[in-house]
Amino acid sequence: MTVTLAISPDPTSLATEDAVPGRWRRMPTKAKVGALILGFFILAAVIGPFVTPYDPSYQNPSPALSMAAPSAAHLLGTTQTGQDVLSQLLVGIRLTLELAVVVGVVATALSVIVGVAAAFLGGIWDELLSLVSNVFLVIPSLPLLIILLGYLPQKGQWATIAVLAALGWPWGARVIRAQTLAIRNRDFISAALETGEKTWRIIAFEIVPNEVSLIAASFVNTVLYAIGASVALAFIGLADLNSWSLGTILYWAEGQQALQLGAWWWFVPPGLAVALMGTGLVLLNTGIDELGNPRLRDASSASRIAGHRVRPTAPTPVLQEVVQRRTGLARFLYSFSRSSLLDETEAGDTL
Amino acid sequence: MSFILRRLVFYVVAAWVALTLNFFIPRAMPGNAVEAVMSKFPSLQPSAYRALEAMLGVGHAGSLWHQYWTYIVDVSHFDFGTSSSQYPAQVSTLLGETIPWTLTLVGTATVIAFLVGTGLGIVAGWRYGGALDRTLPALMFLQAIPYFFFALILLELFALKFHVFPVGEGYAGGLIPGWHWDFIGSAIYHSLLPALTIVLTSIAGWMLQMRNVMITTLGEDYVIAAQAKGLPNRRVIFTYAARNALLPQLQGFGLALGFVVSGALVMEIVFSYPGIGLLLLGAVTSDDFPLMQAIFLVITFAVLLANLIVDVIIVFVDPRVRVREATR
Amino acid sequence: MLEIRDFSVVYRTPGGDVRAVDRVNLSLAGGEVVGLAGESGSGKSTLAYGACRLLRVPALITSGSVRYQGRRLAQGSKAADVLQMSPEELQRIRWREIAIVFQSAMNALNPVLSVRDQILDVIHAHMRMPRDEARERVAGLLDLVGIPRSRLRSYPHELSGGMRQRVMIAMALATDPEIVIMDEPTTALDVVVQRDILAQIVELKDRLGFSILFITHDLSLLLELADRIAVMYAGQFLEIATAGEIHREAAHPYTKGLLNSFPSLRGPRRELAGIPGSPPDLRNPPPGCPFLPRCAYGTPACREVDMELLPVVTSADPQHVTACPFVLPGTPPPGVLAAPADGDLDMPDHLRTAGRPEPAGELRTATEQGS
Repeated sequence: MTVTLAISPDPTSLATEDAVPGRWRRMPTKAKVGALILGFFILAAVIGPFVTPYDPSYQNPSPALSMAAPSAAHLLGTTQTGQDVLSQLLVGIRLTLELAVVVGVVATALSVIVGVAAAFLGGIWDELLSLVSNVFLVIPSLPLLIILLGYLPQKGQWATIAVLAALGWPWGARVIRAQTLAIRNRDFISAALETGEKTWRIIAFEIVPNEVSLIAASFVNTVLYAIGASVALAFIGLADLNSWSLGTILYWAEGQQALQLGAWWWFVPPGLAVALMGTGLVLLNTGIDELGNPRLRDASSASRIAGHRVRPTAPTPVLQEVVQRRTGLARFLYSFSRSSLLDETEAGDTL
Repeated sequence: MSFILRRLVFYVVAAWVALTLNFFIPRAMPGNAVEAVMSKFPSLQPSAYRALEAMLGVGHAGSLWHQYWTYIVDVSHFDFGTSSSQYPAQVSTLLGETIPWTLTLVGTATVIAFLVGTGLGIVAGWRYGGALDRTLPALMFLQAIPYFFFALILLELFALKFHVFPVGEGYAGGLIPGWHWDFIGSAIYHSLLPALTIVLTSIAGWMLQMRNVMITTLGEDYVIAAQAKGLPNRRVIFTYAARNALLPQLQGFGLALGFVVSGALVMEIVFSYPGIGLLLLGAVTSDDFPLMQAIFLVITFAVLLANLIVDVIIVFVDPRVRVREATR
Repeated sequence: MLEIRDFSVVYRTPGGDVRAVDRVNLSLAGGEVVGLAGESGSGKSTLAYGACRLLRVPALITSGSVRYQGRRLAQGSKAADVLQMSPEELQRIRWREIAIVFQSAMNALNPVLSVRDQILDVIHAHMRMPRDEARERVAGLLDLVGIPRSRLRSYPHELSGGMRQRVMIAMALATDPEIVIMDEPTTALDVVVQRDILAQIVELKDRLGFSILFITHDLSLLLELADRIAVMYAGQFLEIATAGEIHREAAHPYTKGLLNSFPSLRGPRRELAGIPGSPPDLRNPPPGCPFLPRCAYGTPACREVDMELLPVVTSADPQHVTACPFVLPGTPPPGVLAAPADGDLDMPDHLRTAGRPEPAGELRTATEQGS
């Protein structure tokens, strides 16, 4: 046996290789809540159109059903023309989510292509692609979207998707380029390039798998942007106003002064749906951030010691001190909690 | 000055891209939109025709290069042609009337939101998991609400129901705009609710970002070293952690500005606030393309200028940028 | 001066507690240089930072005391326990009493503050001093470490690696502390600069009379620098002795392995040996000696060793203690400075067969020998 191995100067800490106790359990709480909210809306989008109680466009001529408050027959009331709001909402969630997901897929694909290409082609191509992404990042997108849609003769779903996707890729391209450059410079990639491995193989099997969390974050961001922008565009009338999306429902509700006339059931639910979807996406993204940034993750997983919240910047806690400080009623109550056993034995050991 | 110079070159390029896009979009789009504009100019004055011709390529124009050149010259003279919806008003006049309103409202509110959000982010990051930090999910919900929706709800509650704030508009009817207290007071009063909308909906974003950067920065050696030095907490938080965390935060501010401004424009519509957003809505509903395009340019230039200001601030905060200049 | 007793630190992880420092005892006397040697991950930095309570959660001190008695603290009073101090009390003794030279000066210096402002920070935090006097003191400190005064207003990124480390040292000395913890202060530097700085540290120590806790994975460096050396592995001390004793007769197989892992600063070039394998999982430490899986002399009896530090029977110095109760064959042990000049491995034969346990018969336990 040869003894040439020098003591490695930095075998990184032994503690990091966790024994995997189930992926869902290890996910940050924020991500879980976000995923649950989104799951709810995806479910609504998938089965919604099949369970709508009414045709969302059907105008019930009965005068009693003009802006009728929620009732057993119309769970979310009706619009001015007697349309069922719940049915519109279910169809609208489907349409909005569909649009956002398609935009997300297309724009994220574009950002991966541009980002990876910039990092791999290098030189003048990198400069050019980076410049283009940075320019489109800094140019405010909404006014440009408005002009583009304004000139388009048909302002339907696909026009909106095309325009949103065309302007939605620069942010993702920027972060993916940076990450690709970082991975590219690692030893194993350089080695693969040296040995003549095909570039596309390296990209497909080494680079992209290493960027999954970044691509996921970029996708979530783009979906968020697409929902916000499409709803805003529809609200100012730049959409197919005969179809039901969350934005067009809001457009018609505002046009008919729903809120001013007290018909909150018409105006509030679609807005709330947008806000909740957005919250779900932001929460999910925060969770992805925590998975990717060990400092955020550690700070969130370990701020409780022996049942006490400890600020990450506080002096290192001392176990006896923590245990002793608990007295009287608090101590009694604490004795019921699960972690008390552990603390007592450890403290008993050392005192 | 090479950092600022390089940024300046970049913004010039960005401005040029915006100008060029603006020039080519109407020419590349299917023709009927331009015809629609044409039909709205039945009694066009020859003097007003030139800028429109340059901008949209309407009517008898010369070669593309010639048009492009005329367009650049016109824009550099702030000549954006004539508005078709508010004919015969000049686009530049309409812009001049509305820009101050938007600039004051959106500018002030955005800066306030950024400062407050960053401050809260510092506290939330330092006291990770504390009371403030746990309000974040609620703030994220606020942030996810579309600006216009939130604006409408606030308007309904505080103006129509409780009469705490006025119902929209920039100032009370009957006042003549000018530099006197009646008018300024009224303008400030009318801007409070729109400003509140911007602040409440955008604060969470700044806060979340700053908190995350703070947590990352707190793990840096120099912050641990600052604690090892026995410095007062205040000094550790502000001079060591926050000051370093501010750099990525400022860069993020520049990049996010476009989004924030876009949202604020739609919000103006709800409040009938006499700014660019309302003007834009009018232009959209009446297919007033010269106006729309000029607004796009103006907003873009404003955002670029704001980014340049952020860069100047970064130079003051980060000595590393300064030195890169000195050595080049 | 500093008395660490029964000190343990764990890192709370989802997979269980990592026992990074496990019941160690260490003392540091006035003016003494104590070296703390061990591989990365052996817990030496955790011990030093933990004793100053600078570790962040999930680190948790689970037992022990860290008593500090300085000249400036009220005479005759009981030595204060760092572990019992409030955050405010900690703030007062940090740097004023115990200063730290960090491993990477580049990361430990605030990139947006000038060198002068950073040193002024510690002076203003701990000493009542008029502005002018404080500035003069900063300039004097830079003189002390040989940095021209023109660099006062420089920012960290404008300085070379060696200069940054000198700034760190100047900063550590700014408040005239009693103890300076040096965490691998020269590891990131090239050899020439490394020597300059080490020489400077020794000179300053002699002049100003502070104590040093010197952390490094380079045992040969400690042989030249330290009065006493503590060898750490898997959160425990395996051997503590004066530098001379360690050099003459290292008693623990791990210490011997370390001695063969680094080139000496002086002396002839030799081929380096190392210790194969890696440290154990500290969440679930195996019973007995933690070094057993990598030990060339390991026997089944090692699983029952209780890791108590006992005097080395073969040594004349009763302060030379080790956790290995066995007397190793093959004396005299390998010495770094006394390396043979033939250029061949100076490693004794028994280390060449690392990984293969010696027959148990050759080992006698210390107790057997003592009786």
